[in-house]
Amino acid sequence: MMGKLNWDAIPFAQPIPMAASLIVTLFVFGVLGLATWKGWWPYLWREWLTSVDHKRIGVMYILLGLLMLLRGFIDAIMMRTQQAVAAGGAQGYLPPEHYDQIFSAHGTIMIFFVAMPFVVGLMNFVVPLQLGVRDVAFPVLNAISLWLTASGALLINMSLVIGNFARTGWLGFPPLSELQFSPDVGVDYYLWSLQISGIGTLLAGINMVTTILKLRAPGMEYMRMPVFCWTALCSNMLIVAAFPVLTATFGMLLLDRYAGMHFFTNDGGGNAMLYFNLIWVWGHPEVYILILPAFGVFSEVIATFSGKPLFGYRSMVLATLAICVLSFTVWLHHFFTMGAGADVNAVFGILSMIIAVPTGVKVFNWLFTLYRGRVRYEVPVLWAIGFMVTFVIGGLTGVLLAVPPADFVLHNSVFLVAHFHNVIIGGVIFGAFAGYNYWFPKAFGFALDRRLGAVSFWCWLIGFYLAFMPLYYLGLLGMTRRIQHYSELSWQPYLIVAEAGALIILCGIAATIAQLVVSIRTRERRRDVSGDPWDGRTLEWSTTSPPPAYNYAVLPQVESLDAFWAMKQRGPRLPAEHYETIEVPRNSANGFVTALIAVITGFALIWRIEWLAIIGLVCAALTLITFGWIERHEDHVSGEQLASAERARLRPPGSA
Amino acid sequence: MNASPATAPLAGPQSHSASLSYSGGGPASRRIVVGYGFWIFLLSDIIMFSALFATYAVLSGQTAGGPAGHDLFELRHVGAETLCLLFSSYSCGLGALALERRRMSAFYINFALTFVLGAAFLGLELGEFAGLTARGAGPSRSAFLSAFFSLVGLHGAHVTAGLLWLCFMVAQVAARGPRDFVRRRLLCFSLFWHALDIIWVALLTLVYLMGAR
Amino acid sequence: MMQETAAAEPESTRSAQSADEGAPPGSIVTYTVGLVFALLLTGASFIVSQTDLLWAPGVPAGLAVLAIAQMGVHLVFFLHISTGADNTNNVVALAFGLLIVTLIVSGSLWIMAHLNTNMVPMSAILEMHR
Repeated sequence: MMGKLNWDAIPFAQPIPMAASLIVTLFVFGVLGLATWKGWWPYLWREWLTSVDHKRIGVMYILLGLLMLLRGFIDAIMMRTQQAVAAGGAQGYLPPEHYDQIFSAHGTIMIFFVAMPFVVGLMNFVVPLQLGVRDVAFPVLNAISLWLTASGALLINMSLVIGNFARTGWLGFPPLSELQFSPDVGVDYYLWSLQISGIGTLLAGINMVTTILKLRAPGMEYMRMPVFCWTALCSNMLIVAAFPVLTATFGMLLLDRYAGMHFFTNDGGGNAMLYFNLIWVWGHPEVYILILPAFGVFSEVIATFSGKPLFGYRSMVLATLAICVLSFTVWLHHFFTMGAGADVNAVFGILSMIIAVPTGVKVFNWLFTLYRGRVRYEVPVLWAIGFMVTFVIGGLTGVLLAVPPADFVLHNSVFLVAHFHNVIIGGVIFGAFAGYNYWFPKAFGFALDRRLGAVSFWCWLIGFYLAFMPLYYLGLLGMTRRIQHYSELSWQPYLIVAEAGALIILCGIAATIAQLVVSIRTRERRRDVSGDPWDGRTLEWSTTSPPPAYNYAVLPQVESLDAFWAMKQRGPRLPAEHYETIEVPRNSANGFVTALIAVITGFALIWRIEWLAIIGLVCAALTLITFGWIERHEDHVSGEQLASAERARLRPPGSA
Repeated sequence: MNASPATAPLAGPQSHSASLSYSGGGPASRRIVVGYGFWIFLLSDIIMFSALFATYAVLSGQTAGGPAGHDLFELRHVGAETLCLLFSSYSCGLGALALERRRMSAFYINFALTFVLGAAFLGLELGEFAGLTARGAGPSRSAFLSAFFSLVGLHGAHVTAGLLWLCFMVAQVAARGPRDFVRRRLLCFSLFWHALDIIWVALLTLVYLMGAR
Repeated sequence: MMQETAAAEPESTRSAQSADEGAPPGSIVTYTVGLVFALLLTGASFIVSQTDLLWAPGVPAGLAVLAIAQMGVHLVFFLHISTGADNTNNVVALAFGLLIVTLIVSGSLWIMAHLNTNMVPMSAILEMHR
């Protein structure tokens, strides 16, 4: 009746998972209970859960990312602690069965539910504003994408409480991930949660590509788009091109596990190496999907806070496009050691080195932007400078790993672990925090506290170096990744330093939380009245903070790059004489309902509860049909309402 | 045609040069936006199929001692499937034209024909699958067969979804008439149906014609 | 002092929209021509694969050419891909998609065919076990 599900699924007998389950369950039900007790549900449903406004959706994505950062980081602390103590004969406190789940969950959560939502959330919030339009191309689809991502996150968190997670690393390599060697539900949790959120991401990619190419303010030709929009375009093009491969590959592994097929099995002619090939066809573009928007953030931040236009706009655009195309030509470097031979390895090795060149172009452009600028050291700039140093080091180790003979020594050592954390933390996370601090005033109407922002930055920077530089050295000494204990006692001091680094990063995360709480409490001191707290260059700064739901009463007429800067040079703006009525998309429950059904269906599929899975799939089809059948009416904002809002906004400061 | 001042929230002002280039003309019309978005979706779908094509190409020789393509494929059957799908694409195109010209009975007839031909294709394909499975050449027999069933089966699943969508579209045209949003959706459906025929051409060639040799 | 340009929304939207929505590309003639070409190419594919009309080692290439031609026929006559200005984005997207497909398929085939390059031949392994 209930498939494989029974009471054994809850880890009563294991103290650590049980404690973790209790904490997560209490947190989730605590939040839900608080909302119920305070009567927040009507407000939450109306303003957030059914919103199709790209600004709200962007905020929710980022909130998801921040919450999952806590979960993923606790996994990291647990791993660091285990490795700091399990030296010589010591076994540490985490048995291998559990340790394997922790490193798998850590990677999966950090990539799919922290980095992706953060980056997608920033693009969601900023891109339509920078393009001078009112929303993305398909607002309801946008909401569906968000909620499908949240469904995947929920399923992964459920694996903590009911059942267990995969022990196969963040990519689930066969044959270990086949039914024969992973008969429990762990790999199924992994696969279904990522399939569901993968669909959400693909839809978001289609949405954003269409928005950037087909919806821009009048006069905004391609070479007048902000650089962040160019990087968003290329990142989303990569999403559209790469995620289908992930869906297909996970689909094949699911068919192996559920239908007894032989794509990657040891018997029947299956080829596990095919999985490695296909998953990395997705996996390499994925990391560029993450980093390109971060590059865009830094371009915006550095230009704004230097008070100069970005140096080399054209070469930035070309470099971004080059990275976009090249990212699909290097994937074999993730498995140089799998046996492809010298020819194949050489070609991919050379291409992997070539792809570093456009990034180098970008770094020089940022440096030349800062040069002779009047640099203001606000928090986003701290993150930008930290990024430039840290990412370059990570990139250099990447070029080192791109040399196949070197990679034969370093593959799957902690040198590799240090490299990718170097570029992802130094690049994506630093970019996420820079964007978070930079655009927070626009989203909420008040700036974040500067001092706590700086504290967070320094803790992250120092903590990162302490946590990962020892790993480079240990990797060269031969320490393998993903090990639960080790016999070499001389490694232990370095791993203790790494643990200290992780604890300092924890302080950085605590500082970020404190920054948010304190900033909310004292928000009146840092109100953004003008809408342009940083003396910005791009169009989003021409709106109020926060912008109205419709963004622009009248779409701006763009005549050059850095459109808002040009508008400011022309002098103060007056309201127009006449405003037309505009349409604003109405809320929709489509996203939330779809996601709910996705969670139930996913859970049923994972636990092989056939009747529930069938009901779920039928409900999904019915949802599609019902929401498709209902005719959507849009809301209108009348010309008079627009006129009064605009007159208030454009009133010269100091007048009545 | 459109009485309200701004029919879509994103249809902003367009300069006279809009028809020459969308680069600087402001937001495009809703029909173009929807059509382009769906086009991007189709390209992503084609990329998903290409991953399965690559898998099929790699695994096509792995028969695990079981039957191979030339033992199993009947080209007359495949030829019939091809004609069904090709003609259904044709009738779909004619039906879409009829709707644009508001010739409603031509629309209904052509779309009924599309449905019948598509269903015939699906019936033939399911028959083939059932036959193969009964002969012990099901998808769990070997890697080659897993790849075959999933590649051809994914296409068949798309055809099935397309048939359901077709019914929905005809019902919506009947209930709501040829309004703008209905016609936009029909544009998407036509793109989808034609794309399925394109993928079939690749399937036919790479799986059946090459495999039967 | 600059007036914000309150753009003239309704009129041009309506006319531009009717220009987009009023005249769909394609006609019965285009669809029929496309159908005929497709039928011819399909027939040719079957003939090439099942008879000795084409030199045997060239058959895969011949089939590939016919398939690509037929896909082109579908794109042009049924999907109305053209080189018009408003179609540029579609063509660029298609080109990008084709590039990706080519990289994925040819890259995967090249890699997978080579993965046993450094494997010791089976005979030598058995030799070692003696």
